[in-house]
Amino acid sequence: MLRYTLLRVLGAIPTLLLVIILAFLMVHAAPGGPFDDERVLPADVEANIARAYNLDEPLPKQLLRYLGGLVQGDLGPSYRYRDHTVSELIGAAFPLSLKLGAMAMALAIVVGVSAGTVAALKQGTYVDRLVMAFSMTGISIPVFVVAPILVLFLAVKLQWLPAGWSSSAGISRMMLPVITLALPQIAYIARLTRASMIDVLGRDFIRTARAQGLGTMTVVRLHALKPAMLPVLSYMGPAIAAILTGSVVVEEIFGIPGLGQFFVRGALNRDYTLVLGIVVFYAALIVFLNLVVDVLYGAIDPRVRYR
Amino acid sequence: MSLFANRTISVCGGILLTIAACALAGPWLSPHDYLTTNFDRQLLPPSISGGQVFGTDDLGRDLFVRTMLGVRVTLLVAIVASLVSLVIGVAYGAIAGFVGGRVDAAMMRFVDTLYALPFIFFVILLMVAFERNLLLIFVAIGAVNWLDMARIVRGQTLSLREREFVDAARLMGVSTPRILLHHIAPNLIGVVVVYVTLTIPQAILVESFLSFLGLGIQEPQTSLGALVDAGVKQMEGASWALLIPAGLLALILLCFNFLGDGLRDFFDVRHTN
Repeated sequence: MLRYTLLRVLGAIPTLLLVIILAFLMVHAAPGGPFDDERVLPADVEANIARAYNLDEPLPKQLLRYLGGLVQGDLGPSYRYRDHTVSELIGAAFPLSLKLGAMAMALAIVVGVSAGTVAALKQGTYVDRLVMAFSMTGISIPVFVVAPILVLFLAVKLQWLPAGWSSSAGISRMMLPVITLALPQIAYIARLTRASMIDVLGRDFIRTARAQGLGTMTVVRLHALKPAMLPVLSYMGPAIAAILTGSVVVEEIFGIPGLGQFFVRGALNRDYTLVLGIVVFYAALIVFLNLVVDVLYGAIDPRVRYR
Repeated sequence: MSLFANRTISVCGGILLTIAACALAGPWLSPHDYLTTNFDRQLLPPSISGGQVFGTDDLGRDLFVRTMLGVRVTLLVAIVASLVSLVIGVAYGAIAGFVGGRVDAAMMRFVDTLYALPFIFFVILLMVAFERNLLLIFVAIGAVNWLDMARIVRGQTLSLREREFVDAARLMGVSTPRILLHHIAPNLIGVVVVYVTLTIPQAILVESFLSFLGLGIQEPQTSLGALVDAGVKQMEGASWALLIPAGLLALILLCFNFLGDGLRDFFDVRHTN
């Protein structure tokens, strides 16, 4: 297990390095400088700015400097929010996004697994078809279409839930963003759970358990659930990436001052270092969480360790 | 069973063709255009008698024409981006599969690495770094979506390479590029067509996501994502400005997904028979 974990960690390092270098080169390949404005600056002022931000150095040296800073958690200064470093901005905005994402993920797993299990147990009935139809719809329709429509009906027309967000307010204010973010993942997880549950329920050990006189709920809970969860667990990596992407949209629509909103603002303002920093941060997060999922998978299913 | 006797395929294909036909002919038949603003006719609800069946937006522009234009742009981006991903994916997958051995292992390891990346953020990075134009959108989205295609084509090529007709060609002294182009590639067409149908909704998703955030198609041009974004800003007073493009986008995505699934099942069945 230790060997497996170490191998996984070592495997993640080149991926991360590739991401950082790729992102860095993309930003620096851009035509024009980050301080190009409508207002034309005198040449010596421009040279001074370039020197202050080390933009006059050769590219490999800048890359090394960036990597050196990264190791110490320093993502450089923001080009637009002049008084803040990128690390400060991420540090301030991320906790809110984390809270939102974690809640959405928890909701998606609980509801998705339950719905998928019910559909598998009632295979072929209208309950099953309903779950599958919902699931296909949830997978096909993007968050930025679902979110405004939910706001329009639940918040504006029916006024059941508040449309806005505030971090201090109670559960009702967080419900709509969390549900919106969770919906596509509920759909995916329900589909995966249903398929693997149907597969597991057809195996011999389930028949044995049933033959011993155990009820359906006991069989599912004690015997079927764990093996049926393996495909869901391996979907967690893509799910985390999808929640991060979705949070960009959800934060924009509900006006949540999280990392996603900073990212979009940064992108629209061409704040190169901020956008680069957030991409690197997101990538590191995804690579790290994928690593956790891989290790968990190895812990639960010993077969993968020896492959 | 013929392809058109399959209900999912024909219904979804029919809906998509109808939408595409409306998008092509609609703006041409309408007396309005997508640019002209009219400040006497702002945010009018849809009405058939008024001649503006989708209503107007906050600048008084006709929403039917704008929506149809948005569908055009969305479909165009999706198709061109899918073609870009097709070219990259097929070339990459066919070479990896045909050469095999260490080259194949290294090339596929690279694909695995790329799978782990948050691609959409790289697309946004590209949009930030470079001038936002249609060409960049095509290339950026296409460059994102080729991974699945490469994997599938590689798998197919691996099995095709062992077949007798490839041995026969090689015995006759046909060169490797020629074998790839004339003997392997034609046999990949079926699989590739099915997976392109599944790539198109992904490309639509990325394009509309970018346009929704204001990083894709720029005003006064429009796409369904940009229209949804504009609709969100008006939704309390003018829900049609949101609901029509959002519904159309959802319908197009659903149809492409069902169509792709249907085609895949259809070809799989014939394969196993």
